[in-house]
Amino acid sequence: MKNWLSILASTVFGLALWQAVVTLTVPPSYILPAPWDVAETLWTARGQIAHHSLYTMGEVLLGLVLGAALGALSAIGLASSPLAQTLLRPMMVFSQAIPVFVLAPILTLWLGYGIWPKVIMALLIIYFPVTSAFFDALMRTPVPWLDLAQVMGANRRRVMWHIRIPAALPGLASGLRLAAVYAPIGVIISEWVGASQGLGYLILLALGRVKVDLMFATTIALAVFTLLTYAAVDHFCRHWLDAPTE
Amino acid sequence: MTSPGLHVRGTARIGDTHVFGPLDLTVAGGEWTCLLGPSGVGKTTLLRLVAGLDRVTTLDGQIAASDGKPLQGRLALMAQSDLLMPWLDVMGNTLLGARLRGERPDRHRATDVLARVGLSDHIHKTPGQLSGGQRQRVALARTLMEDRAIVLLDEPFSALDARTRSQMQDLACDLLAGRTVLMVTHDPTEAARLGDTILIMEPGGLSPFAPPPGATPRPIDDPATLTAQADLLTRLRNSAA
Repeated sequence: MKNWLSILASTVFGLALWQAVVTLTVPPSYILPAPWDVAETLWTARGQIAHHSLYTMGEVLLGLVLGAALGALSAIGLASSPLAQTLLRPMMVFSQAIPVFVLAPILTLWLGYGIWPKVIMALLIIYFPVTSAFFDALMRTPVPWLDLAQVMGANRRRVMWHIRIPAALPGLASGLRLAAVYAPIGVIISEWVGASQGLGYLILLALGRVKVDLMFATTIALAVFTLLTYAAVDHFCRHWLDAPTE
Repeated sequence: MTSPGLHVRGTARIGDTHVFGPLDLTVAGGEWTCLLGPSGVGKTTLLRLVAGLDRVTTLDGQIAASDGKPLQGRLALMAQSDLLMPWLDVMGNTLLGARLRGERPDRHRATDVLARVGLSDHIHKTPGQLSGGQRQRVALARTLMEDRAIVLLDEPFSALDARTRSQMQDLACDLLAGRTVLMVTHDPTEAARLGDTILIMEPGGLSPFAPPPGATPRPIDDPATLTAQADLLTRLRNSAA
Protein backbone atom coordinates (compact mmCIF):
# COMPACT_ATOMS: atom_id res chain seq x y z
CA MET A 1 0.00 0.00 0.00
CA LYS A 2 2.78 2.37 1.01
CA ASN A 3 4.55 1.35 -2.18
CA TRP A 4 1.58 2.35 -4.33
CA LEU A 5 1.23 5.66 -2.53
CA SER A 6 4.89 6.36 -3.21
CA ILE A 7 4.46 5.56 -6.93
CA LEU A 8 1.36 7.76 -7.12
CA ALA A 9 3.06 10.64 -5.34
CA SER A 10 6.10 10.35 -7.58
CA THR A 11 3.92 10.36 -10.72
CA VAL A 12 1.99 13.42 -9.58
CA PHE A 13 5.26 15.17 -8.75
CA GLY A 14 6.74 14.35 -12.18
CA LEU A 15 3.62 15.59 -14.00
CA ALA A 16 3.58 18.79 -11.91
CA LEU A 17 7.22 19.44 -12.75
CA TRP A 18 6.52 18.91 -16.46
CA GLN A 19 3.50 21.22 -16.33
CA ALA A 20 5.55 23.83 -14.46
CA VAL A 21 8.23 23.84 -17.18
CA VAL A 22 5.54 24.24 -19.86
CA THR A 23 3.78 27.02 -17.94
CA LEU A 24 6.96 28.94 -17.14
CA THR A 25 8.85 28.66 -20.46
CA VAL A 26 5.85 28.42 -22.84
CA PRO A 27 7.69 26.24 -25.42
CA PRO A 28 6.08 25.68 -28.84
CA SER A 29 3.94 22.52 -28.72
CA TYR A 30 6.18 20.85 -31.37
CA ILE A 31 9.09 21.05 -28.89
CA LEU A 32 7.42 20.19 -25.60
CA PRO A 33 3.67 19.51 -25.45
CA ALA A 34 1.83 19.94 -22.16
CA PRO A 35 0.97 16.81 -20.12
CA TRP A 36 -2.72 17.28 -20.78
CA ASP A 37 -2.21 17.40 -24.58
CA VAL A 38 -0.20 14.19 -24.41
CA ALA A 39 -2.90 12.54 -22.31
CA GLU A 40 -5.47 13.59 -24.89
CA THR A 41 -3.40 12.12 -27.72
CA LEU A 42 -2.86 8.95 -25.70
CA TRP A 43 -6.66 8.62 -25.64
CA THR A 44 -7.49 9.63 -29.20
CA ALA A 45 -4.64 7.57 -30.72
CA ARG A 46 -5.25 4.59 -28.42
CA GLY A 47 -6.24 2.31 -31.28
CA GLN A 48 -3.10 3.13 -33.24
CA ILE A 49 -0.86 2.81 -30.19
CA ALA A 50 -2.46 -0.48 -29.17
CA HIS A 51 -2.04 -1.87 -32.68
CA HIS A 52 1.68 -1.05 -32.77
CA SER A 53 2.15 -2.13 -29.13
CA LEU A 54 0.99 -5.60 -30.05
CA TYR A 55 3.84 -5.96 -32.53
CA THR A 56 6.44 -4.59 -30.16
CA MET A 57 5.16 -6.74 -27.31
CA GLY A 58 5.22 -9.86 -29.44
CA GLU A 59 8.77 -9.15 -30.58
CA VAL A 60 9.96 -8.40 -27.04
CA LEU A 61 8.34 -11.51 -25.55
CA LEU A 62 9.63 -13.78 -28.31
CA GLY A 63 13.11 -12.26 -27.97
CA LEU A 64 12.97 -12.68 -24.20
CA VAL A 65 11.95 -16.33 -24.34
CA LEU A 66 14.47 -17.23 -27.04
CA GLY A 67 17.29 -15.15 -25.52
CA ALA A 68 16.67 -16.52 -22.03
CA ALA A 69 16.55 -20.10 -23.28
CA LEU A 70 19.66 -19.72 -25.41
CA GLY A 71 21.49 -17.85 -22.64
CA ALA A 72 20.58 -20.44 -20.02
CA LEU A 73 21.63 -23.33 -22.25
CA SER A 74 24.91 -21.61 -23.12
CA ALA A 75 25.67 -21.03 -19.45
CA ILE A 76 25.05 -24.69 -18.65
CA GLY A 77 27.16 -25.75 -21.61
CA LEU A 78 30.02 -23.47 -20.57
CA ALA A 79 29.82 -24.55 -16.95
CA SER A 80 29.87 -28.23 -17.93
CA SER A 81 32.89 -28.07 -20.17
CA PRO A 82 36.25 -26.51 -19.41
CA LEU A 83 37.03 -26.84 -23.13
CA ALA A 84 34.00 -24.74 -24.05
CA GLN A 85 35.09 -22.17 -21.49
CA THR A 86 38.56 -21.95 -23.02
CA LEU A 87 37.26 -21.70 -26.57
CA LEU A 88 34.15 -19.59 -26.18
CA ARG A 89 34.47 -17.36 -23.14
CA PRO A 90 37.02 -14.94 -24.65
CA MET A 91 34.98 -14.80 -27.85
CA MET A 92 31.83 -14.00 -25.91
CA VAL A 93 33.54 -11.24 -23.96
CA PHE A 94 35.03 -9.83 -27.17
CA SER A 95 31.64 -9.90 -28.88
CA GLN A 96 30.41 -7.62 -26.12
CA ALA A 97 32.85 -4.98 -27.31
CA ILE A 98 30.68 -4.64 -30.43
CA PRO A 99 27.80 -2.30 -29.63
CA VAL A 100 24.86 -4.54 -30.49
CA PHE A 101 23.06 -1.60 -32.12
CA VAL A 102 25.43 -1.55 -35.09
CA LEU A 103 24.11 -4.98 -36.01
CA ALA A 104 20.57 -3.68 -36.51
CA PRO A 105 21.08 -2.59 -40.15
CA ILE A 106 22.80 -5.87 -41.00
CA LEU A 107 20.00 -7.87 -39.42
CA THR A 108 17.45 -5.87 -41.41
CA LEU A 109 19.46 -6.47 -44.57
CA TRP A 110 19.56 -10.19 -43.92
CA LEU A 111 16.11 -10.79 -42.47
CA GLY A 112 13.96 -8.09 -44.00
CA TYR A 113 11.39 -5.78 -42.42
CA GLY A 114 9.35 -8.36 -40.52
CA ILE A 115 9.49 -9.26 -36.87
CA TRP A 116 12.60 -11.47 -37.01
CA PRO A 117 15.36 -8.81 -37.07
CA LYS A 118 13.65 -7.29 -33.98
CA VAL A 119 13.40 -10.62 -32.21
CA ILE A 120 17.03 -11.44 -33.00
CA MET A 121 18.09 -7.99 -31.83
CA ALA A 122 16.31 -8.48 -28.49
CA LEU A 123 17.83 -11.95 -28.26
CA LEU A 124 21.34 -10.62 -28.90
CA ILE A 125 21.03 -7.81 -26.41
CA ILE A 126 19.85 -10.07 -23.56
CA TYR A 127 21.93 -13.13 -24.40
CA PHE A 128 25.09 -11.95 -22.69
CA PRO A 129 23.58 -10.70 -19.42
CA VAL A 130 21.59 -13.93 -19.05
CA THR A 131 24.51 -16.19 -19.93
CA SER A 132 26.95 -14.29 -17.80
CA ALA A 133 24.76 -14.05 -14.68
CA PHE A 134 23.75 -17.72 -14.85
CA PHE A 135 27.26 -18.94 -15.69
CA ASP A 136 28.81 -17.03 -12.79
CA ALA A 137 26.23 -18.52 -10.44
CA LEU A 138 26.84 -22.01 -11.82
CA MET A 139 30.55 -21.64 -11.10
CA ARG A 140 29.90 -20.57 -7.52
CA THR A 141 28.25 -23.72 -6.21
CA PRO A 142 29.27 -24.06 -2.54
CA VAL A 143 32.21 -26.49 -2.51
CA PRO A 144 30.93 -28.50 0.50
CA TRP A 145 27.82 -29.41 -1.53
CA LEU A 146 30.02 -30.67 -4.35
CA ASP A 147 32.12 -32.62 -1.85
CA LEU A 148 29.00 -34.21 -0.42
CA ALA A 149 27.86 -35.18 -3.91
CA GLN A 150 31.26 -36.69 -4.66
CA VAL A 151 31.21 -38.84 -1.51
CA MET A 152 27.68 -39.91 -2.46
CA GLY A 153 29.03 -41.17 -5.77
CA ALA A 154 27.29 -38.72 -8.09
CA ASN A 155 28.36 -38.23 -11.70
CA ARG A 156 28.93 -34.77 -13.15
CA ARG A 157 25.74 -34.65 -15.14
CA ARG A 158 23.57 -35.39 -12.12
CA VAL A 159 25.50 -32.93 -9.93
CA MET A 160 24.76 -30.32 -12.58
CA TRP A 161 21.07 -31.17 -12.71
CA HIS A 162 20.36 -31.76 -9.02
CA ILE A 163 22.73 -29.30 -7.34
CA ARG A 164 24.50 -26.77 -9.52
CA ILE A 165 21.52 -25.67 -11.62
CA PRO A 166 19.02 -25.34 -8.76
CA ALA A 167 21.66 -23.54 -6.68
CA ALA A 168 22.31 -21.11 -9.55
CA LEU A 169 18.68 -20.24 -10.36
CA PRO A 170 18.79 -17.00 -8.33
CA GLY A 171 21.69 -15.95 -10.60
CA LEU A 172 19.59 -16.75 -13.67
CA ALA A 173 16.82 -14.65 -12.12
CA SER A 174 19.03 -11.58 -11.87
CA GLY A 175 20.03 -12.07 -15.52
CA LEU A 176 16.38 -12.33 -16.55
CA ARG A 177 15.46 -9.17 -14.66
CA LEU A 178 18.12 -7.28 -16.60
CA ALA A 179 16.89 -8.91 -19.80
CA ALA A 180 13.34 -7.67 -19.20
CA VAL A 181 14.62 -4.10 -19.26
CA TYR A 182 17.08 -4.57 -22.14
CA ALA A 183 14.84 -6.46 -24.55
CA PRO A 184 12.53 -3.51 -25.42
CA ILE A 185 15.62 -1.37 -26.17
CA GLY A 186 16.82 -3.89 -28.74
CA VAL A 187 13.42 -4.13 -30.36
CA ILE A 188 12.93 -0.36 -30.61
CA ILE A 189 16.38 0.18 -32.15
CA SER A 190 15.64 -2.48 -34.71
CA GLU A 191 12.25 -0.94 -35.45
CA TRP A 192 13.94 2.39 -36.09
CA VAL A 193 16.20 0.82 -38.68
CA GLY A 194 13.44 -0.73 -40.69
CA ALA A 195 9.85 -1.58 -39.82
CA SER A 196 6.30 -0.94 -40.85
CA GLN A 197 4.80 -1.84 -37.48
CA GLY A 198 5.68 -1.36 -33.82
CA LEU A 199 6.13 1.44 -31.33
CA GLY A 200 9.61 2.31 -32.63
CA TYR A 201 8.13 2.74 -36.09
CA LEU A 202 5.29 4.83 -34.67
CA ILE A 203 7.76 7.17 -32.96
CA LEU A 204 9.61 7.74 -36.25
CA LEU A 205 6.31 8.23 -38.07
CA ALA A 206 5.20 10.82 -35.51
CA LEU A 207 8.58 12.55 -35.76
CA GLY A 208 8.26 12.80 -39.55
CA ARG A 209 4.89 14.49 -39.15
CA VAL A 210 6.06 16.66 -36.23
CA LYS A 211 3.43 15.06 -34.02
CA VAL A 212 5.46 15.49 -30.87
CA ASP A 213 2.45 14.78 -28.66
CA LEU A 214 2.13 11.37 -30.33
CA MET A 215 5.86 10.74 -29.80
CA PHE A 216 5.41 11.47 -26.10
CA ALA A 217 2.28 9.34 -25.90
CA THR A 218 4.05 6.43 -27.59
CA THR A 219 7.05 6.82 -25.30
CA ILE A 220 4.78 6.67 -22.25
CA ALA A 221 3.06 3.57 -23.64
CA LEU A 222 6.47 1.98 -24.18
CA ALA A 223 7.61 2.81 -20.65
CA VAL A 224 4.44 1.36 -19.17
CA PHE A 225 4.87 -1.74 -21.29
CA THR A 226 8.51 -2.15 -20.18
CA LEU A 227 7.47 -1.82 -16.54
CA LEU A 228 4.78 -4.45 -17.02
CA THR A 229 7.28 -6.78 -18.67
CA TYR A 230 9.68 -6.27 -15.80
CA ALA A 231 6.91 -6.86 -13.27
CA ALA A 232 5.88 -10.08 -15.01
CA VAL A 233 9.47 -11.36 -15.19
CA ASP A 234 10.07 -10.33 -11.59
CA HIS A 235 6.95 -12.19 -10.51
CA PHE A 236 8.06 -15.28 -12.41
CA CYS A 237 11.53 -15.10 -10.84
CA ARG A 238 10.17 -14.69 -7.32
CA HIS A 239 7.89 -17.64 -7.77
CA TRP A 240 10.22 -20.05 -9.54
CA LEU A 241 13.84 -19.03 -9.36
CA ASP A 242 14.74 -16.92 -6.32
CA ALA A 243 16.37 -18.58 -3.32
CA PRO A 244 13.86 -19.73 -0.72
CA THR A 245 13.78 -17.31 2.18
CA GLU A 246 15.17 -18.75 5.36
CA MET B 1 26.68 -56.02 9.23
CA THR B 2 30.41 -56.41 9.76
CA SER B 3 31.98 -53.09 8.97
CA PRO B 4 35.61 -52.98 7.91
CA GLY B 5 38.16 -51.05 9.88
CA LEU B 6 40.24 -48.23 8.48
CA HIS B 7 43.97 -47.79 8.38
CA VAL B 8 45.77 -44.53 7.61
CA ARG B 9 49.53 -44.35 7.69
CA GLY B 10 51.93 -41.72 6.45
CA THR B 11 52.87 -38.07 6.30
CA ALA B 12 50.77 -35.33 4.72
CA ARG B 13 52.16 -32.30 2.97
CA ILE B 14 51.07 -29.48 0.69
CA GLY B 15 53.92 -29.05 -1.77
CA ASP B 16 56.94 -28.95 0.51
CA THR B 17 55.00 -27.77 3.55
CA HIS B 18 54.51 -30.40 6.22
CA VAL B 19 50.88 -30.75 7.33
CA PHE B 20 50.83 -33.69 9.75
CA GLY B 21 52.48 -36.97 10.57
CA PRO B 22 54.10 -39.34 10.38
CA LEU B 23 51.09 -40.99 11.95
CA ASP B 24 49.57 -44.40 12.12
CA LEU B 25 45.81 -44.44 12.60
CA THR B 26 43.80 -47.58 13.05
CA VAL B 27 40.05 -47.25 13.25
CA ALA B 28 38.52 -50.47 14.53
CA GLY B 29 35.73 -51.94 12.41
CA GLY B 30 32.20 -51.39 13.74
CA GLU B 31 33.43 -49.07 16.46
CA TRP B 32 33.34 -45.37 17.16
CA THR B 33 36.72 -43.58 17.11
CA CYS B 34 36.98 -39.97 18.25
CA LEU B 35 39.81 -37.79 17.07
CA LEU B 36 40.63 -34.71 19.12
CA GLY B 37 43.43 -32.22 18.95
CA PRO B 38 44.33 -28.56 18.73
CA SER B 39 42.95 -26.49 15.84
CA GLY B 40 45.07 -26.57 12.73
CA VAL B 41 46.73 -29.89 13.52
CA GLY B 42 45.15 -31.48 10.44
CA LYS B 43 42.20 -33.48 11.79
CA THR B 44 39.80 -32.29 9.11
CA THR B 45 42.50 -32.69 6.44
CA LEU B 46 42.93 -36.29 7.57
CA LEU B 47 39.18 -36.87 7.30
CA ARG B 48 39.05 -35.27 3.85
CA LEU B 49 41.97 -37.38 2.66
CA VAL B 50 40.09 -40.51 3.75
CA ALA B 51 36.98 -39.25 1.93
CA GLY B 52 39.06 -38.63 -1.20
CA LEU B 53 38.12 -34.95 -1.18
CA ASP B 54 41.44 -33.24 -0.58
CA ARG B 55 42.95 -32.23 -3.90
CA VAL B 56 45.70 -30.04 -2.43
CA THR B 57 47.26 -32.22 0.22
CA THR B 58 49.48 -35.17 -0.67
CA LEU B 59 49.66 -38.14 1.65
CA ASP B 60 52.94 -40.02 1.43
CA GLY B 61 51.61 -43.28 2.77
CA GLN B 62 48.37 -45.15 2.39
CA ILE B 63 44.73 -45.21 3.29
CA ALA B 64 43.06 -48.61 3.25
CA ALA B 65 40.15 -50.58 4.56
CA SER B 66 40.97 -53.58 6.77
CA ASP B 67 39.28 -55.95 4.31
CA GLY B 68 41.53 -54.77 1.50
CA LYS B 69 38.66 -53.60 -0.73
CA PRO B 70 38.57 -50.05 -2.08
CA LEU B 71 37.01 -47.37 0.11
CA GLN B 72 35.17 -45.68 -2.69
CA GLY B 73 31.40 -46.14 -2.42
CA ARG B 74 31.61 -47.37 1.15
CA LEU B 75 31.88 -44.00 2.89
CA ALA B 76 29.37 -41.47 4.11
CA LEU B 77 30.23 -37.99 5.32
CA MET B 78 28.47 -35.72 7.77
CA ALA B 79 29.92 -32.27 8.32
CA GLN B 80 29.51 -29.43 10.78
CA SER B 81 27.24 -27.65 8.36
CA ASP B 82 24.13 -29.69 7.56
CA LEU B 83 24.61 -29.13 3.79
CA LEU B 84 20.88 -29.36 3.13
CA MET B 85 19.69 -28.16 -0.27
CA PRO B 86 17.41 -25.21 0.54
CA TRP B 87 15.15 -25.89 -2.46
CA LEU B 88 14.39 -29.49 -1.45
CA ASP B 89 12.06 -30.48 1.37
CA VAL B 90 13.08 -32.87 4.13
CA MET B 91 12.11 -35.91 2.05
CA GLY B 92 13.97 -34.57 -0.98
CA ASN B 93 17.11 -33.95 1.04
CA THR B 94 16.93 -37.41 2.56
CA LEU B 95 16.72 -38.93 -0.91
CA LEU B 96 19.49 -36.76 -2.38
CA GLY B 97 22.09 -39.54 -2.59
CA ALA B 98 19.78 -41.83 -4.56
CA ARG B 99 18.89 -39.00 -6.94
CA LEU B 100 22.55 -38.17 -7.48
CA ARG B 101 23.36 -41.77 -8.31
CA GLY B 102 20.36 -42.13 -10.58
CA GLU B 103 18.83 -44.82 -8.37
CA ARG B 104 15.13 -45.21 -7.74
CA PRO B 105 14.44 -43.18 -4.56
CA ASP B 106 13.18 -45.51 -1.82
CA ARG B 107 10.49 -43.39 -0.19
CA HIS B 108 9.36 -46.10 2.19
CA ARG B 109 12.80 -46.47 3.67
CA ALA B 110 13.23 -42.70 3.81
CA THR B 111 9.92 -42.36 5.68
CA ASP B 112 11.12 -45.02 8.11
CA VAL B 113 14.52 -43.36 8.61
CA LEU B 114 12.90 -39.96 9.11
CA ALA B 115 10.64 -41.51 11.76
CA ARG B 116 13.71 -42.89 13.52
CA VAL B 117 15.30 -39.44 13.69
CA GLY B 118 11.99 -38.02 14.93
CA LEU B 119 11.03 -35.98 11.88
CA SER B 120 7.80 -37.72 10.82
CA ASP B 121 5.84 -34.50 11.24
CA HIS B 122 8.26 -32.44 9.18
CA ILE B 123 8.67 -34.49 6.00
CA HIS B 124 7.38 -31.77 3.66
CA LYS B 125 9.03 -28.79 5.31
CA THR B 126 11.96 -27.02 3.70
CA PRO B 127 15.24 -26.54 5.60
CA GLY B 128 14.37 -22.88 6.16
CA GLN B 129 11.41 -23.95 8.28
CA LEU B 130 13.49 -26.16 10.58
CA SER B 131 15.57 -25.47 13.69
CA GLY B 132 19.32 -26.14 13.72
CA GLY B 133 18.80 -29.41 15.59
CA GLN B 134 16.11 -30.57 13.18
CA ARG B 135 18.34 -29.73 10.23
CA GLN B 136 21.14 -31.89 11.63
CA ARG B 137 18.57 -34.67 12.10
CA VAL B 138 17.80 -34.44 8.39
CA ALA B 139 21.55 -34.60 7.68
CA LEU B 140 21.73 -37.71 9.89
CA ALA B 141 18.77 -39.24 8.06
CA ARG B 142 20.47 -38.50 4.73
CA THR B 143 23.66 -40.15 6.04
CA LEU B 144 21.70 -43.21 7.20
CA MET B 145 19.99 -43.49 3.82
CA GLU B 146 23.43 -43.88 2.28
CA ASP B 147 23.78 -47.08 4.32
CA ARG B 148 27.58 -47.03 4.18
CA ALA B 149 29.83 -49.18 6.34
CA ILE B 150 32.18 -46.33 7.19
CA VAL B 151 30.89 -42.98 8.40
CA LEU B 152 33.08 -39.90 8.67
CA LEU B 153 31.84 -37.21 11.05
CA ASP B 154 33.45 -33.78 11.00
CA GLU B 155 32.24 -32.01 14.13
CA PRO B 156 28.63 -32.56 13.10
CA PHE B 157 27.08 -31.32 16.36
CA SER B 158 29.41 -28.47 17.26
CA ALA B 159 27.06 -25.73 16.09
CA LEU B 160 24.15 -26.98 18.19
CA ASP B 161 23.12 -25.83 21.66
CA ALA B 162 24.17 -28.09 24.57
CA ARG B 163 20.79 -29.77 25.03
CA THR B 164 20.25 -30.50 21.35
CA ARG B 165 23.84 -31.63 20.98
CA SER B 166 23.54 -34.24 23.74
CA GLN B 167 20.29 -35.51 22.20
CA MET B 168 21.91 -35.74 18.77
CA GLN B 169 24.83 -37.65 20.30
CA ASP B 170 22.43 -40.24 21.74
CA LEU B 171 20.54 -40.50 18.47
CA ALA B 172 23.63 -40.79 16.26
CA CYS B 173 25.23 -43.35 18.60
CA ASP B 174 22.09 -45.45 18.48
CA LEU B 175 21.49 -45.22 14.74
CA LEU B 176 25.09 -45.59 13.62
CA ALA B 177 25.70 -48.64 15.83
CA GLY B 178 27.59 -51.38 14.01
CA ARG B 179 29.21 -49.00 11.55
CA THR B 180 32.81 -47.86 11.59
CA VAL B 181 32.73 -44.25 12.69
CA LEU B 182 35.60 -41.81 12.62
CA MET B 183 34.59 -38.57 14.29
CA VAL B 184 36.60 -35.38 14.45
CA THR B 185 35.51 -33.32 17.42
CA HIS B 186 36.65 -30.41 19.57
CA ASP B 187 34.41 -31.39 22.41
CA PRO B 188 35.94 -33.55 25.21
CA THR B 189 32.42 -34.33 26.48
CA GLU B 190 31.46 -35.70 23.11
CA ALA B 191 34.57 -37.87 22.91
CA ALA B 192 34.10 -39.14 26.47
CA ARG B 193 30.48 -40.04 25.78
CA LEU B 194 30.80 -41.60 22.36
CA GLY B 195 34.34 -42.89 21.83
CA ASP B 196 35.11 -46.59 21.89
CA THR B 197 38.56 -45.34 21.06
CA ILE B 198 39.80 -41.82 21.75
CA LEU B 199 42.86 -40.46 19.99
CA ILE B 200 44.60 -37.14 20.41
CA MET B 201 46.23 -35.78 17.30
CA GLU B 202 49.28 -33.57 17.71
CA PRO B 203 51.89 -32.33 15.24
CA GLY B 204 54.07 -35.28 16.22
CA GLY B 205 51.42 -37.93 15.65
CA LEU B 206 48.63 -39.68 17.49
CA SER B 207 48.44 -40.68 21.12
CA PRO B 208 45.69 -42.82 22.61
CA PHE B 209 43.54 -41.78 25.53
CA ALA B 210 41.84 -44.48 27.57
CA PRO B 211 38.08 -44.09 27.18
CA PRO B 212 35.91 -44.34 30.28
CA PRO B 213 34.27 -47.71 30.93
CA GLY B 214 30.69 -48.47 29.97
CA ALA B 215 28.67 -48.76 26.81
CA THR B 216 28.20 -45.76 24.58
CA PRO B 217 26.46 -43.34 24.65
CA ARG B 218 27.69 -42.91 28.21
CA PRO B 219 25.32 -40.97 30.47
CA ILE B 220 26.11 -37.27 30.74
CA ASP B 221 26.19 -37.50 34.56
CA ASP B 222 28.29 -40.66 34.78
CA PRO B 223 31.20 -39.85 37.16
CA ALA B 224 33.79 -41.81 35.14
CA THR B 225 32.73 -40.04 31.96
CA LEU B 226 32.92 -36.66 33.67
CA THR B 227 36.39 -37.45 34.98
CA ALA B 228 37.52 -38.62 31.54
CA GLN B 229 36.16 -35.43 30.03
CA ALA B 230 38.14 -33.31 32.53
CA ASP B 231 41.30 -35.36 31.96
CA LEU B 232 40.88 -35.00 28.20
CA LEU B 233 40.53 -31.26 28.49
CA THR B 234 43.67 -31.12 30.62
CA ARG B 235 45.53 -33.19 28.03
CA LEU B 236 44.33 -30.90 25.24
CA ARG B 237 45.34 -27.77 27.16
CA ASN B 238 48.81 -29.18 27.67
CA SER B 239 49.18 -30.29 24.06
CA ALA B 240 48.10 -26.92 22.73
CA ALA B 241 50.72 -25.16 24.88
